[in-house]
Amino acid sequence: METEPILKIENIEVFHGTFQAIWGLSMEVRRNESCALIGANTAGKSTLLDTINGVLHPATGSIKFLGQEISKLDPFEIVDLGITQVPEGRRLFPEMTVLENLIMGSYTPNARKHCKENLKRVFELFPKVKDRQKQLAKTMSGGEQQMVAIGRGLMAHPQLIMIDELSLGLAPIIVDEIFRTIHQIKAQGVTVLFVEQNVAKTLMEADRAYIIETGKVSLSGTATDLRNDKNVHKAYFGV
Amino acid sequence: MGHGDLFTPILMGVMLGGLYALTALGLSMVFGVMRVINLAHGDLVVLASYGSYAVLTILGLDPVLGLVITIPVMFVIGVLIQKYLMSKAVTIGAEAPLIIAFGLSLVIQNTNQIMWTPLSRGINTRYSQASFYIFHRQFPMTYLMDFVVGIVVMLVLREFLRRTYMGKAISATAMDPRASRLMGVNTKRIYYYAFGIAMISAAIAGTFLGMTFPFTPTSGTTFLTIAFGTVIIGGLGSMMGTFMGGIILGLVQTLSAYFLGANAQMLVLYVVIIAILAFRPQGLFGR
Repeated sequence: METEPILKIENIEVFHGTFQAIWGLSMEVRRNESCALIGANTAGKSTLLDTINGVLHPATGSIKFLGQEISKLDPFEIVDLGITQVPEGRRLFPEMTVLENLIMGSYTPNARKHCKENLKRVFELFPKVKDRQKQLAKTMSGGEQQMVAIGRGLMAHPQLIMIDELSLGLAPIIVDEIFRTIHQIKAQGVTVLFVEQNVAKTLMEADRAYIIETGKVSLSGTATDLRNDKNVHKAYFGV
Repeated sequence: MGHGDLFTPILMGVMLGGLYALTALGLSMVFGVMRVINLAHGDLVVLASYGSYAVLTILGLDPVLGLVITIPVMFVIGVLIQKYLMSKAVTIGAEAPLIIAFGLSLVIQNTNQIMWTPLSRGINTRYSQASFYIFHRQFPMTYLMDFVVGIVVMLVLREFLRRTYMGKAISATAMDPRASRLMGVNTKRIYYYAFGIAMISAAIAGTFLGMTFPFTPTSGTTFLTIAFGTVIIGGLGSMMGTFMGGIILGLVQTLSAYFLGANAQMLVLYVVIIAILAFRPQGLFGR
């Protein structure tokens, strides 16, 4: 099933100062799918998300979002176009309440127009968050914080939400809940790109995945194909 | 002042505290948002004092009304400092903004020296000599104005930070610049506004300081000490702390003058600041 890609990355090279983190990487994210990035720590997954988001700029190559070149834009422009990132470690604003955190999510001009309806959507998605909206963000548990962080991302009225380290550090029961929300977000028409360490779970839940090694795509395909791939088995399941 | 009458120095100290808190507000804001210690803050406050002095003596305008000129001018100066000096300096390292601020301080001091001579100036308005009475004790009207203005500015700033999108973005950027960028905040521009707003508070502080005390081109050092003292006592980042810090500083000053004489007041002030740094470095109200 081929659909038009919402995000198309071609042959990008990204540096941290003099250190090259990404080497000629190409990939695409298709409309309304959940796409996963798998790979060891320091493989360049977070760097890739930051590059898509405009926090970093590629030295060469192109990044097109809905056909528009975005590799030279700044984050505030890219967020307004409809790409949002839920960063690793959640990074909620600790001294703000849950509600204030969510409102900060709808900062861009485009998001502000849809603030009310998105807030309603987030509360439907995470009823727990609605109950705790007056609480300071720093007083919440890790799982609750991740829900607020994802909710804050959705407040930006994105077409593509990128979630870094979806389930890192969360209790297993919360992990299942968080993965379920991926499907719900997709059902609302938002495309999901996420980074995840739990390979087995990811290949059960995602539509497609890219395996990233030392700044390059080493393998990609539908989750089903990758699940049955011999090399993936050897590398990630040890059999 | 006869002994046994503590009411006068206490009330004077509290009223002065409002002004001290206002003086510290800009220093606290620039540090809180940009993590830059603005060593030029005192001199920028004096610059505003001279600005209001010029508004009064050259334009013949009441300096409080003249704030409609001094506030936007100081705001623009703040934006320009952040845009052309600080934003480049922070990319070099942590000490670069400190050195830039120190250089800026010298430039402002010497410019004021050339323009206004080293002679002491005061902003004398028709209410400078006015006074009011509580329990038959006389107080200068300017002290009451200092206190009221200090409270009003802090309340307005607090509501601005809480209620407007830009205010929230400033608070968010102070807490986590990376997360703010990912929310679509143009943090570079937020830094311009934060410095500009700090300079608005400096414009108001400088005007009222100039109406309360005589000043010279080197008064910035004293004002910076007052601002640092307030922030050290109150703790950084809390507006309530800054306000209480200002009042404690004002009280220390007036009470030590009352008990030990006017010559001792600054000495006692410094001893208190050092003692707090030694025993409670996060400030009395800091976390």
